[in-house]
Amino acid sequence: MRIGLDIGSTTLKCVVLDDDNKIIYKEYKRHYSQITEKTAEMLTSIKNAFPKETDVKLSISGSAGMGFATQCEIPFVQEVYATRVAINTMLPNTDVVIELGGEDAKILFLTDGMEVRMNGSCAGGTGAFVDQMATLLDITPNDMNELAKTYDKIYTIASRCGVFAKSDIQPLLNQGAKKNDISASIFAAVVNQTIGGLAQGRTIEGNVVYLGGPLTFMSELRASFDRILKISGFCPDNSLYFVALGAALVPNNKLMNIDETIEMIGKYTSTNDYNSCAPLFQNTKEFEQFRKRHELNCIATNDDNANPDKIYIGIDAGSTTVKAVVIDENQNIVYSEYMQSNGNPISIIRDFLMRVRIRYPEAKIVSSAATGYGEEIIRNAFGVDFGIVETIAHFIAAKKFRPNVDFIIDIGGQDIKCFKIHNGAIENIFLNEACSSGCGSFLQTFAGALGYSIDEFAQRGIFADKPVDLGSRCTVFMNSSVKQAQKDGASIANISAGLSISVVKNALYKVIRASNADSLGSNIVVQGGTFLNDAVLRAFEQEIKREVVRPNIAGLMGAYGAALYSMKQAKTDSTVLTLDQLRNFTHEVTAIVCKGCTNNCHLTVNTFDSGRKFISGNRCEKPLAKATATTKYDLYEYKLGLLSEYKAVKGERGKIGIPMGLNMYELLPFWHKFFSELGFEVITSPSSNRALYLRGQDTIPSDTVCFPAKLIHGHIDALIDENVDAIFYPCMTYNFDDGISDNHYNCPVVAYYPEVIAANVGKLCDIKFIYDYVGPHRTKEFPAKMQKILKKHFGEISISEIKKAFTSALKEYENYMKKVRDKGTEYIEIAEKNNMPIIVLSGRPYHLDPEVNHGINKLICECGAVLITEDSISWRVEKFKTDVLNQWTYHSRLYAAAKYITDKPNFNLVQLVSFGCGVDAVTTDEVRRILEEEGKIYTQIKIDEITNLGAVKIRLKSLFAALEMGKE
Amino acid sequence: MAEKNAIFKKEMKKTHTILIPNMAPIHFEILKNVFIQYGYQVELLTNTGQAVIDTGLKYVHNDTCYPALLVIGQMINALQSGKYDLDKTAVVITQTGGGCRASNYFHLLKKALLKAGFAKIPVISLNLSGLEKESSLKITLPMIRRAAAALVYGDLLMLLDNQVKPYEIVKGSSKKTVEKWVRTLSEEFKNGDGLSKSQMTKNFEIIVKSFAKIPLNRTPKVKVGIVGEIYVKYSSLANNGLEQFLYEQDCEVMVPGILGFFLYCMDNGIEETKLYGGKRFMAFARGVLLRYMEGLEKNLIDAVKKYSDFIAPSPYKHLCSLCKGIIGKGTVMGEGWLLTAEMLELVEQGYGNIVCTQPFGCLPNHIVGKGMIRKIRTKHPEANIVPIDYDPGATKVNQENRIKLMLAVAKENLDKKIASKKKETANI
Repeated sequence: MRIGLDIGSTTLKCVVLDDDNKIIYKEYKRHYSQITEKTAEMLTSIKNAFPKETDVKLSISGSAGMGFATQCEIPFVQEVYATRVAINTMLPNTDVVIELGGEDAKILFLTDGMEVRMNGSCAGGTGAFVDQMATLLDITPNDMNELAKTYDKIYTIASRCGVFAKSDIQPLLNQGAKKNDISASIFAAVVNQTIGGLAQGRTIEGNVVYLGGPLTFMSELRASFDRILKISGFCPDNSLYFVALGAALVPNNKLMNIDETIEMIGKYTSTNDYNSCAPLFQNTKEFEQFRKRHELNCIATNDDNANPDKIYIGIDAGSTTVKAVVIDENQNIVYSEYMQSNGNPISIIRDFLMRVRIRYPEAKIVSSAATGYGEEIIRNAFGVDFGIVETIAHFIAAKKFRPNVDFIIDIGGQDIKCFKIHNGAIENIFLNEACSSGCGSFLQTFAGALGYSIDEFAQRGIFADKPVDLGSRCTVFMNSSVKQAQKDGASIANISAGLSISVVKNALYKVIRASNADSLGSNIVVQGGTFLNDAVLRAFEQEIKREVVRPNIAGLMGAYGAALYSMKQAKTDSTVLTLDQLRNFTHEVTAIVCKGCTNNCHLTVNTFDSGRKFISGNRCEKPLAKATATTKYDLYEYKLGLLSEYKAVKGERGKIGIPMGLNMYELLPFWHKFFSELGFEVITSPSSNRALYLRGQDTIPSDTVCFPAKLIHGHIDALIDENVDAIFYPCMTYNFDDGISDNHYNCPVVAYYPEVIAANVGKLCDIKFIYDYVGPHRTKEFPAKMQKILKKHFGEISISEIKKAFTSALKEYENYMKKVRDKGTEYIEIAEKNNMPIIVLSGRPYHLDPEVNHGINKLICECGAVLITEDSISWRVEKFKTDVLNQWTYHSRLYAAAKYITDKPNFNLVQLVSFGCGVDAVTTDEVRRILEEEGKIYTQIKIDEITNLGAVKIRLKSLFAALEMGKE
Repeated sequence: MAEKNAIFKKEMKKTHTILIPNMAPIHFEILKNVFIQYGYQVELLTNTGQAVIDTGLKYVHNDTCYPALLVIGQMINALQSGKYDLDKTAVVITQTGGGCRASNYFHLLKKALLKAGFAKIPVISLNLSGLEKESSLKITLPMIRRAAAALVYGDLLMLLDNQVKPYEIVKGSSKKTVEKWVRTLSEEFKNGDGLSKSQMTKNFEIIVKSFAKIPLNRTPKVKVGIVGEIYVKYSSLANNGLEQFLYEQDCEVMVPGILGFFLYCMDNGIEETKLYGGKRFMAFARGVLLRYMEGLEKNLIDAVKKYSDFIAPSPYKHLCSLCKGIIGKGTVMGEGWLLTAEMLELVEQGYGNIVCTQPFGCLPNHIVGKGMIRKIRTKHPEANIVPIDYDPGATKVNQENRIKLMLAVAKENLDKKIASKKKETANI
């Protein structure tokens, strides 16, 4: 008898084969991380089913089984390999296998050169991801599958990892998008993640087999694969068991006594050698002291006997929860609620408002304010009087507890917000990036995965003796670290404490980038629901070695701040809906595609009774049809306009295609002129959009490269369809020299991405692809070098012709850069004349691409600012000494731009950073230093495929609010 | 204005101990003697473990490449240990030059030292690109020659050890031989011996012979090559003990030497002049040095071939030719085209199972590592390459699972090969 055991990240599967390789027993169950116990149980069931079989051939497979298989000397088979063995035996005609597991995604190409691929360490799109998303939608994965059957539209959801996807989905929910559509969109995201991460240039076609839990249980996920890949895949019998089956099938001559094996596994405890941190509390006495100290920071809440005449309402609609408070004229909280938004904050807030109206029938609602993600929709839906940026709301509330507060840290469900206060104004703001969001929902997810409520889970951590040292890392990595710790024998208590500590470390070292407590401040207020967790609070105090203030209403601070704000701003009467109006409240959601311009934004239109409306999903204000503070001084738009003027001109030498991505966003004027002069028709690839990205995604070899680089694949694919004679995309170690840096390199990706394109886009073999190394920065040598290159592809072109074209091209490039500079100067003058704030949106030339920047430039202009670019002012600065090696042309402009604005009060800088940009790990710290040394606020926005502008909005609004407060 | 880092002054040579981060244990142990011979007091850092990583995370931007985080973490951790007199300690770090982030390690270290309160610790830059003139170590031509010699010895010992260790009958014999040679060579270096071309030729012969006579049992094993970002490739701290793991999985491991990287760095300037133009004289000077070192390489290869049947490394020239049609020699940031060429070389030598190591988010490796796998496989379908990312967040289980997948395929290929060989023999 042969037994194959597949110990996956969440489930346990076994298959028993007889001598003819027939399955005579199988079982599938979740193991809740109690791996050894459940394994022993499963083997016992097998033993009981086959009491006569005493000696068996047992093989283990699966990521979670690796360690203990080795320790117990049970043969181990790598799981992807096991799948292959099983497929070869059971379904030998298969071309491709797609297998999704709890935490892994795999593709096996079996024909035409076998290849097996597994997701890297930074990737979602797996069972755990689907579960996580279902939790977010407050439905079961099964419901999700049912809902997805009737969808109307697919939203773009970042598929890189769960954390990203979450921040895409949350705003959709808050804006009222339908769960049917979101469910289907999540499945599509999984498919795109799998293809984008694992296909790597190979086409998925032929007989495709689907394996693993998610693909077995979710018909709509399979349908989504079918639809996107244009195939019809097949999910065989026993699709859950192929790994186990493969393990059983792999030759194994080791006979093991089943009783002894069960005993051995049952007894197996790991060596308990995980890294640990100091316990949170030495003893209960210490804990009591700690608790007493924090009880001092308490204000009265929820007075049932209160009967106020005048009340003020504050609502904080956060990403996963809604917090609301009612205060009286003495600023005491008479009533408050903390509610899960369950993806539908509107109905929850309506209920809340009705309760308030019923509870205080006599009281006059004087004023109200909303804050948080849902601020705008709530104001529109319920006639809430004021809106306030959440950072400011938190600051106002914190001041109530500690008037001289100089540092606030708020850890909520999705966000970490920290701000430094100097002279009563917000001096600096830190918000977590999508990729480092170890926050409240992170703890909750883990608690849930381990089968506990969050409160119970946190409570267990308080007296942990050896908290697991999990470091500070992203959720996806944390999953596997927790698994590892469990395998090493860490108890739930120690894991719980370890996770609390890691949340703190993440906030301190990743978000704030602090190296010591003194850099934070001396009067620190901590807030946000996550800090109500004593373990997190204690870990924070331990880590910074300082006592902090945690208000008893830590979770309500945003709402409380909003209420206080509404009181300050109050006019005579509130416009909040009356009880009758609330009773008649209706809310309808429709999805439409905006026809206002070529962006074709997917709009979500919320219509309320009496015609109140809220539209979201728009990239510009056209569909809103209302006047705002938006300025029209947007240098991004101007630059894009300039580039779009480089149109194709017919030429006798043939058509040359140029992909519009990366450095071509700056060099187009140069190359366009150069080739046009030589008599080539220059065709540029179309502007980027989601569809363009998707058509190239299966040829991306490295899924962690920056998004602008990934986009190039789509542009190349589009050019191939344009029937050009050649595609020109040269390698360039060096860029032009602006004269403000020590060297003038391109970053490695910009410099050599053409090599990647040549190596991975199969279709290029039918077309001339010119990706030679060129150096137009060397004006003397360039013409001759270029002549040689062109000769290879187009025959002899005379050197004088090339020289002439080169001279014009250089002029054209200079001309383009000058136009940008001049326009910048013009905008600056306008801003200064009209006293408007100036934002230097700095990044790289390719951040101009609207698909890359997601319309952040427009957001900035909507806030009433004049927008200029780093390259429009970098020339105004003499070369100066930086604290880093200043050796990349594009990056030197960042330093120069930062330097230039340090002494200019109406200038501020926002730096766009692409996820995965290694170079920006260097530049961001340096730009920040340059600005902060002169007392400027540094704002960084990390962008990726991500389309969630909510977080960006908060960041920008906070910046403007902080500037505003600074003025006061 | 903010605090500034102290500068390493000439007279500190006498008073200060210079801490050197450890990348490749055999190589650096020998290399450090070159510095000693020139009158520097140096110490090779050996502190490892989670504390080093944590220190790095605390003082270096977390998105910075892992090697920077580790090297800087290791130094600050050492400085914090209380083992060193902080008034008499300096640190040294390499700067490769070129468009990779690695050229910025020096500055990142300086920033980190300030953050950690070690402003008075001078930082020395070790580079051949003329960067950071006031803080760099004065490097003379003879010094480069000696350093190169040390690296070649290191390469030879590593090469032989790798091919002997998995098969040795008496466990530990190879290790003992390596240790003996490190000791002997260190002694010789201190006296200025062992560095001339003729002495090296002689030494090479004895070294190769001393390994060749270790009794072996050559059972067929899975042969695995390791390439990657230079620090992660060699440092067990960075790659979670990759070599050790592979030994435990019963593999033979081949790690291409450091000399190749040295030659590549020399050659880059020449290639650049060829591609874009530039001063011929500099290219000529580099060419002279390149040829000198190619001479050393030839000695090594000859010795291995003549006195043993171990697999010798391919000459640098051959590596250059291997990447023709695969990747341009103009790709010169980080490990550049050399990394791709090394994979091709490994396949050619029979080490077609390859772990391509890189720090998470390593920019050059998107191009020359992951970016080239498809082309390599088109040329050599038998190549079995797994790229592995290393960073403070990646877990060992995750990495090992992926490596095991590669090994499972490798094992199957090996079994097939053995079976077909048996068949052949049977047919004869």
